[in-house]
Amino acid sequence: MLQLIAQRLTAAVPGVLGVIVVTFLLSRALPGDPAAYFAGPAATPQAIEEIRQKLGLDRPMWEQFIDYIGDLVRGDLGNSLTTGQPVMQELVTRLPASAELTLLALVVAVLVAVPLGVLAAVKQGSWIDHLSRVVTTAGVSLPTFFTGLLLVYVFYYKLGWAPPPLGRLDIYFSPPDHVTGFYLIDSLIARDLELFVAALGQLILPASTLAVFALAPLARMTRASMLAVLSSDFIRTAKAGGLRSHTVVVTYAFRNAVLPVVTTLGMVFSFLLGANVLVEKVFSWPGIGSYAIESLIASDYAPVQGFVMTMALLYVFLNLLIDVLYGVIDPRVGIDA
Amino acid sequence: MKRREFLASGAAVAAGGAAIAAGIRPAKAQGRSDVLLTISENHPNSLDIHGVGANRPAYEASWNLYDRLMTFGVKKDANGNDHYDYSALKPELAEEWDLGPNSVTFKLRKDAKFHDGTPVTAKDVKWSFDRAVTVGGFPTFQMKAGSLEKPEQFVVVDDHTFRVDFLRADKLTMPDLAVPVPAVFNSGLAKKNATDADPWAMEWLKNNAAGGGAYKVERWAPGQELIFARFDDWKSGPLPKIRRVVWRQVPSAGNRRALLERGDADISFDLPNKDFAELAAAKSLTVIGTPVENALQYVGLNVTKPPFDNIKVRQAVAYAIPYQQIMDAVMFGRGIPMFGGKGVTDASWPQPAPYVTDINKAKQLMAEAGYPNGLETTLSFDLGLAGVNEPMCVLIQESLAQIGIKTTIAKVPGANWRNELLKKQMPLYTNTFGGWLNFPDYFFFWAYHSQNAVFNTMSYQDKAMDALIDAARFETDKAKYEAAVQGFIKKAWDEVPRIPLYQPYLNVAMQKNITGYRYWFHRQLDYRQLAKA
Repeated sequence: MLQLIAQRLTAAVPGVLGVIVVTFLLSRALPGDPAAYFAGPAATPQAIEEIRQKLGLDRPMWEQFIDYIGDLVRGDLGNSLTTGQPVMQELVTRLPASAELTLLALVVAVLVAVPLGVLAAVKQGSWIDHLSRVVTTAGVSLPTFFTGLLLVYVFYYKLGWAPPPLGRLDIYFSPPDHVTGFYLIDSLIARDLELFVAALGQLILPASTLAVFALAPLARMTRASMLAVLSSDFIRTAKAGGLRSHTVVVTYAFRNAVLPVVTTLGMVFSFLLGANVLVEKVFSWPGIGSYAIESLIASDYAPVQGFVMTMALLYVFLNLLIDVLYGVIDPRVGIDA
Repeated sequence: MKRREFLASGAAVAAGGAAIAAGIRPAKAQGRSDVLLTISENHPNSLDIHGVGANRPAYEASWNLYDRLMTFGVKKDANGNDHYDYSALKPELAEEWDLGPNSVTFKLRKDAKFHDGTPVTAKDVKWSFDRAVTVGGFPTFQMKAGSLEKPEQFVVVDDHTFRVDFLRADKLTMPDLAVPVPAVFNSGLAKKNATDADPWAMEWLKNNAAGGGAYKVERWAPGQELIFARFDDWKSGPLPKIRRVVWRQVPSAGNRRALLERGDADISFDLPNKDFAELAAAKSLTVIGTPVENALQYVGLNVTKPPFDNIKVRQAVAYAIPYQQIMDAVMFGRGIPMFGGKGVTDASWPQPAPYVTDINKAKQLMAEAGYPNGLETTLSFDLGLAGVNEPMCVLIQESLAQIGIKTTIAKVPGANWRNELLKKQMPLYTNTFGGWLNFPDYFFFWAYHSQNAVFNTMSYQDKAMDALIDAARFETDKAKYEAAVQGFIKKAWDEVPRIPLYQPYLNVAMQKNITGYRYWFHRQLDYRQLAKA
């Protein structure tokens, strides 16, 4: 197992290095001039030139790159011009916000999609199969920002059930002491139940929005994979042997069908981190997605580079996790698979 | 049972979730009357107005956290709303001042303190002004606009007396001392946090306030929320009514409107014009639109290259703009029309240009100009302000097609827009320009003078125009001044290098129980006058 992890990590190194070079070049190749942007609307060409010098943008590209690498080695990702804060610090505070939202959405999606997919496969052609079809079609075809705005419109604006879409906490609460950065966990550590409920209340709409989006591929994959397993020989044998249908479905079929679902789960998680960008914007969520987009609009290089770096590392870690999970779920999956 | 439903479908998840949320809603309706929740699309990137690239929201933070020596008075505008009064300078940190021909001497308040309790002295004022003229970039340029250029101009007479020596007689010097840039910093505190590499404590002051203004920072999470608490020892004016201001960033315009309509947020700028028009009609909120002083939305024409180097083509375009449609369908009436005027009547600015939509006349002008079969060109706009610019450009495109001008619309990303303006290559585009200082000659100096500043986006250069602008800038005789102003306005209309469309509004929507909103030239919110019933 350790060997596998080490192997995977070494294999990821060239990829990460590539990402560093490409993001650096890409962010410089983008149209837009940060100096002109940050000089403000009343700036003269001299003012813009002064800002360009202050930002070091007047120096040759390779010098900027060497500086960038040097800073990276020291763990310094530079400063964001849009929020005025060090990128590292911003990522550290914003990543938990995104992760909390994404993970909760994923949990909700799995809790709904997997039973739905299994039932749809077992009772093929029944109403639950049709329901599954409707839900997955809706999930794929509704853009997340639309679902988000719709939920806000119905549950906040019309019905007034949901709290205002004002980010992670209502204005009358202060965030819990930082332990994990996950408000749900930190509020429980602080034994502040009211805060926990408040944080959960803010999470429900955005997490549901993301969950609706994530549901579709999971439910479809579960159904397809269950159908394939259910029609295989060993299930027929098990049924013929008179095993209870519960045992057949859960113990034999599901365990064998779950591998492609886990693969899809990994993919969906990466989708979700992308879809996050729009959901975060709709719900004023202070996550890394909205941070990256705002920086991109302002052609603010440092946060964009930091964001892509973080994402690349996250994917490496995620893929590793899924590979390890394979081995746990199905021991037949070899180490060099 | 709830749990089963919860698992049943995505819709049930949302409903169940909302039910849990509904349970917590009543618990939060507490302590609202002295807390103000303001929401905006963008958030400050610095608390220091002298910082590199400090954005517009940063002006608001600085304005409320710091005091200036003087401030502007207040008057009622045409609609009976409070409007800062450019002509009346009022005391803020300075109790009184003595204005001479070569200098001005300020007497500082003896009881004024910074947030940390240290008294405000003339040394702090000097340090702050020295900083503004030294650090470069925006603050230095803004100070220069009022002929405030060198540290030697700022003299500490004693602890509570401060003198500014003039380099030259400039009508902008005194008002320039009341704009956000010459804020007074706590120099002792700032110096403690300065380093050899950073003698002006730029790094530290970006994230920390060292002021003595009516509000101090309680909590700041950049890009999320900024909480201000009232500074109860504030002496530079009447104690503000609002104890706490919570400023949240809400990027989605739709949500900002929803928050206002539900009564969860108290006040917001930047919504689309359509929303402001609808909110104003619904009457459940107070909506105030104030014409932005000395600002115009216009269509610019690059006069250095064919076809727009030809006056007749420019006039043809000016007669082909669908003015009224733009006012109705794009602005929803929230702007002051700058077309259909009767010629130059006085020296006020902005005033409506004499152009109207007249397709026949435009066609005739095109034929006279030698383009009877029309021409092809590109119409560019700033994608950062697409809400207004995009529909406007589509309307202009349709209308120009009627006189044979085929246009391709170019959408320029916001970050790139200033770059494109600087290059001065775009043949036809729409843009806004406004000057902080409310003088016609100030506007024309930036927009029409052959010094060819970035705001002279058309690259218009004309000796006679320069002579009129220069004459107005330093003229002290009122009649001569007004003659020069009328002269350059008329010339700008006759030769139309830029076609005025409308004077935009600064719109703000707030709850009915909020009073005391005042329009400021910096177009940000001043919390000090606000009250909540």
